[in-house]
Amino acid sequence: MLPSYLTMGAILFCIGLYGALAKRNAIIVLLSLELMLNGVNLNLVAFSKYGVIPSLTGQLFSIFTITVAAAEAAIAVAILIALFRARGTVLIDAFNRMRR
Amino acid sequence: MFNVDITGEYIAFFIFAVIIIAGAVLMISLEKVVHMVISMAAAFLGLAGMYVLLDAEFVAFVQVLIYAGAVSILMIFGIMMTKHNGEAVETAKPLHETLAAVGALCLFGLLFYSIRTADFQSAGAFDPGQDNTLAIGEQLFTGYIVPFELLSILLTVAFIGAIALAKKEAD
Repeated sequence: MLPSYLTMGAILFCIGLYGALAKRNAIIVLLSLELMLNGVNLNLVAFSKYGVIPSLTGQLFSIFTITVAAAEAAIAVAILIALFRARGTVLIDAFNRMRR
Repeated sequence: MFNVDITGEYIAFFIFAVIIIAGAVLMISLEKVVHMVISMAAAFLGLAGMYVLLDAEFVAFVQVLIYAGAVSILMIFGIMMTKHNGEAVETAKPLHETLAAVGALCLFGLLFYSIRTADFQSAGAFDPGQDNTLAIGEQLFTGYIVPFELLSILLTVAFIGAIALAKKEAD
């Protein structure tokens, strides 16, 4: 079963990568990043059950990853709101300069 | 390579995989931003089901609480705070989009090839223990206490920073 789970994680990561590269709306880019992190988490939990030495460590690491991803999402939405207040748009093409 | 025997785990895996991939592809292809977030929540729920299949009940519940609950709601708040007219703007650069698709497909091909050719040794049986949450808690507060405390500091700093960033300036 391990290759099936790994393939699933790879599919999630690649869909997320495409979304993060091709979409212009910054919120959709953030969602795609979350998708990529979820693909990685799936790999961690799959190796925690089917790896060479099965143990709980993979699940612990996936919990750490989820925590960091939650902090990242909160910070990113806050930055997005501040940028929207400054520029009036959420399209990432408009965010190409640090100063106006 | 592909002739797996049909077991209950395989059928459940297939159903959850269909839910996850449908959610992710719909997230990429839907028109309205709020619909994208909803389909993303469906993908997160399917992932939680897959964690249950992998004997990781605690991670599954954390996934439902954090991703399907908190992150989705946070994104919907983000959409509502930044004025959208509901439609996602179409990209004006088809070349850019095509290049991104080609890159993602190449990466997937590479990953798929290496997964199929890798020789995974048959592991010992995974012992989930009587109580998954209890086992994770014991590990977290004995062997992993330092990263746990570091993470709590990181979360506090991040949320204070988020509030300070999003607060409207006084002037």
